[in-house]
Amino acid sequence: MMAPLYEFGRFGDGMGLVIAVLLGIAFGWFLEQGGMGNARKLAGQFYFTDLSVLKLMFSAIVTAMLGLFWLSWAGLLDLSRVYVPETFIAPQLVGGLVFGVGFATGGLCPGTSCVAAATGRKDGLALIAGMFAGVFVFGEAFPAIGHFADSTARGAWTLPQAVGLSYGTVVGVIVAVALGAFAGAEWLERRAERPARRMKIAA
Amino acid sequence: MRDKAAPYASPYVTGVGIGVVLLLAFVLMGRGLGASGAFSSVVAAALNTTAPSHAAANAFYTGYLSDGATNPLKDWLVLEIIGVVIGGLASGLLAGRMRWTTERGTGITDRRRLVNAFAGGTAMGVGAKLARGCTSGLGLTGGATLSVGSWLFIIAAFVGAYAAAPLLRRAWR
Repeated sequence: MMAPLYEFGRFGDGMGLVIAVLLGIAFGWFLEQGGMGNARKLAGQFYFTDLSVLKLMFSAIVTAMLGLFWLSWAGLLDLSRVYVPETFIAPQLVGGLVFGVGFATGGLCPGTSCVAAATGRKDGLALIAGMFAGVFVFGEAFPAIGHFADSTARGAWTLPQAVGLSYGTVVGVIVAVALGAFAGAEWLERRAERPARRMKIAA
Repeated sequence: MRDKAAPYASPYVTGVGIGVVLLLAFVLMGRGLGASGAFSSVVAAALNTTAPSHAAANAFYTGYLSDGATNPLKDWLVLEIIGVVIGGLASGLLAGRMRWTTERGTGITDRRRLVNAFAGGTAMGVGAKLARGCTSGLGLTGGATLSVGSWLFIIAAFVGAYAAAPLLRRAWR
């Protein structure tokens, strides 16, 4: 049996939508368990006091990336049938900057705002309202800025193609970067926990 | 519901959990997780109801509206996000973490925090649509599938956040 199962017609659209709800439930469950429904905890990422966002994101990326790599290597999954988000260099750089400023201001991202709201956080609800407003602003501006939004298109362009290395090598490099980032995050959190000692050393 | 809130789980454990969910999405559906697309579907559907000719004239909205025969809210991401709300609620209830409150630093008022959350959400709405995704659809899905644009987005988002953070210190202290 070959994955992705939906792509190979193992089940239909109705089952696909049931799976959407079930995967969403698991996604929301883990986000809340990890404290991602709490804006104060998320904001710690931007002041180097709580780097849960980095640890959680990198752990998730590495897990799914290794899973895809091994399943494809074992011949159980056709990687060419897995959707790769398309690259639009300029709008993704500019959009990323704008998104990041919003992330630090709002303290939650679109997905985690739903978890915050679900657990009664009013700031989560306010952020969801802001998201709707932002999408509407973008939609209304689309006739004017659509040209830029569609510019520098590179299609389903992957890092192995861009740097000319094998898929496995890039996977290995990302795992190494993630492990380094985890070590750095732990060191930063330890440092933030001991302000008294740090002051003594400074004095 | 418990009286005392349980401590949050390790971000490594929950991160691996989300990674397995993401991998299941790839294996079952051939697509990843997302969030901002669901917001777009809702806005497009709302405009299609209140101002159909206005929505029909705009390529951004029509991209989220199907041929008219099916309801655009039956979108995969909309159902996934409904699931996220259910999962977050279940987890919050079982861990005793339900609170009708406003999470903020001590340097600002509740009102100011809600204004900031709305403003941040608006900026993220614009940024996510310009980039065609957010921390879920580009960050997690594109990160794991090694999409170049997704990694550029992740780096740019952290640069933007760290550039803005010093100006917002009071809001989170």
